[in-house]
Amino acid sequence: MKKPRVAFFDFTCCEGCQLQVANFGEDLLDILNRIDVVTFREVMSEKSDKYDIAIVEGSITTEHDVERIKKIRETAKILIAYGSCATIGGVNGMKNKFDLAEIKNYVYRNGAKYFETAETRPLHQVVKVDYSVNGCPVYRPEFVKVLKAVLAGIPYHVPDYAVCGECKLNENECMYDKGITCLGPITKAGCNSWCVNNGNICYGCRGMVTNPARDGEAEILRKYNIPLDWIVNKMDMYNKPRELEKQEKKP
Amino acid sequence: MAKNIRVNVEYLTRVEGHGNIVVNVKDGKLEECRLDVVESPRFFEGMLRGRTIFEAQHITSRICGICACGHSLASIQAAEDAIGFKPSEQTIKLRKLLLHQENLDSHILHIYLLVAPDLLGVKSFVPLIDSHNKVVRRALRMKKNCNDVCDILVGRHVHPISAIVGGFTKLPKKEDLDKMLEILTAMRPDMEATIELAKTFKFPDFERDTEYVALVNDSGEYPLLEGDLGSTDGLRLDKHEYKKITNEFVVPHSSAKHTKASRSSYMVGALARFNLNYKKLHPKAIKLADSLGLKPVCCNPFLNTVAQLIECVHSLEESIEILEQFKAKGVNYDEAVVVGINEKGTIPVRAGNGVGAVEVPRGVLFHNYEIDEKGKIINANCIIPTNQNLNNIEHDMRKMVPEILDKPQDKITLLMEMLVRAYDPCISCSTHFLDVKFVDR
Repeated sequence: MKKPRVAFFDFTCCEGCQLQVANFGEDLLDILNRIDVVTFREVMSEKSDKYDIAIVEGSITTEHDVERIKKIRETAKILIAYGSCATIGGVNGMKNKFDLAEIKNYVYRNGAKYFETAETRPLHQVVKVDYSVNGCPVYRPEFVKVLKAVLAGIPYHVPDYAVCGECKLNENECMYDKGITCLGPITKAGCNSWCVNNGNICYGCRGMVTNPARDGEAEILRKYNIPLDWIVNKMDMYNKPRELEKQEKKP
Repeated sequence: MAKNIRVNVEYLTRVEGHGNIVVNVKDGKLEECRLDVVESPRFFEGMLRGRTIFEAQHITSRICGICACGHSLASIQAAEDAIGFKPSEQTIKLRKLLLHQENLDSHILHIYLLVAPDLLGVKSFVPLIDSHNKVVRRALRMKKNCNDVCDILVGRHVHPISAIVGGFTKLPKKEDLDKMLEILTAMRPDMEATIELAKTFKFPDFERDTEYVALVNDSGEYPLLEGDLGSTDGLRLDKHEYKKITNEFVVPHSSAKHTKASRSSYMVGALARFNLNYKKLHPKAIKLADSLGLKPVCCNPFLNTVAQLIECVHSLEESIEILEQFKAKGVNYDEAVVVGINEKGTIPVRAGNGVGAVEVPRGVLFHNYEIDEKGKIINANCIIPTNQNLNNIEHDMRKMVPEILDKPQDKITLLMEMLVRAYDPCISCSTHFLDVKFVDR
């Protein structure tokens, strides 16, 4: 079978998800046996405009980005949104809380006029996305799963149940029982509760489950006397661009 | 010789982030020489406002996937400075271990995957998989070693999980110490092989006298996590006076700000640290520097890569020493901190202004937060090493271009790209960067 031509692209992001590829160690060579990487600016000078699969990191934050991602979409047979910035907007989305002109002036002062910026959007709000690898950063075992699905031509569904399921299996003590707020109950699983395993809370980097257990969550908030805006504020760290979808759905 | 040259490298490759190199020579005279930073602005400093100081590490780690641990450490230091929290000896030691992994990991990535292809005459590491399979395997293995140590220490290397304000949410168990020590000790032969490979590299011959800036101290330790600010022009300032070093200014062609200190530009990074603190390196690293003939003050920016290699040996050996000390003395597990955005108020908070100054792979990194009495960020400022180097790179380009004008255009372009790459610029950090454009008229 002919190896598919794969191109990596990055938009507004930290490039950490692409770096996760280099972090496979020697296993990377096995992956490279199955795909032909033709463009990967971070580590390669070779580039090509002919590719089958585009793996795209980063969110859309300028009009130039919009044009660029549309071109990539036109060329690629399969487009994979790679990492939180691409799938849900990620930390770049916190910008949406501010007036764009104000935040530009704050960071660049009198240099602000040189830079354009727009509201942060994840890829699927601009173009059709075929596969998603969620997380900040992506969880390498899940990336391999998605890649296998792509190569086999079958769909991959990001788990749509809460991180708590995985967290329980890992026998972590519940953060709420320690008196600490955690976003695990409303965040999509698939990361093997990576952060909680290491003593931190879940920050919601994989996005919100489609159908959260609202009553259960409300009960937790009541039981521990946690104000709702705390949760919203925490959720906004990664998930602020969701609001753009809500607006679009209004008639 | 009257010569017209326009170099226009759009989207420079093998650097972190997006940048363009623009060179314009008309009638043998250099008219224009710029390094454009075209990364989309990310506004981290603006976004931090209103967030608590206990979230700052998590957010600012995301400035850069390559030096996420460095940003985390600078952020934590600034936060702790703002609220007047003093970390324990054990915490400081573990943070030093983490910083060593960061420098080791990043330097290896740069030496092998970003610089070596130029010196071996190929466009990337991909052709090397066939021609130099052992080298590529070694590079990936060494990179993974650092990653594996970070996995054990802080959950992962890209966006570390357990290093937070106050200390660590988990502390290495005895078997964790053994495992980390085993991984790092086993890395020594690969490091030897790396040195042998590096000895075969021929770097371009170019020098420009400039100012070098790095952390300095009065102890015998090679300063990475803590110190004052020093320069080869004799500056010595407390870290809180960092703005007297950086003097940031905005230029139209770059979404990253530029800096200057005593003269028109300065350099930070491995070579700056080497130039200022050579004597404090681990004896094995000094021995290597001597055998490679690298002496302070070295003014060839291409040799930043060699200084990185020397630092690799330093970081590997110091990491092993730190782990051996922990093995001998044990870890105090009572020091593990509980996370939460300080919901339990375990760490007292006050209004204040704090600075973090940490030597990360590409040079000294500053985080500065002003917070209110509840620990909410009112103002934030982050000055990234690559920003500090941009101005110096442009000055190097302006000196170098006239010296290489007799070379063919593709060779000039390659040399310009190599020069920029030598600084290991991280444009996602400084915002992102590089491409060289020659334009024919």
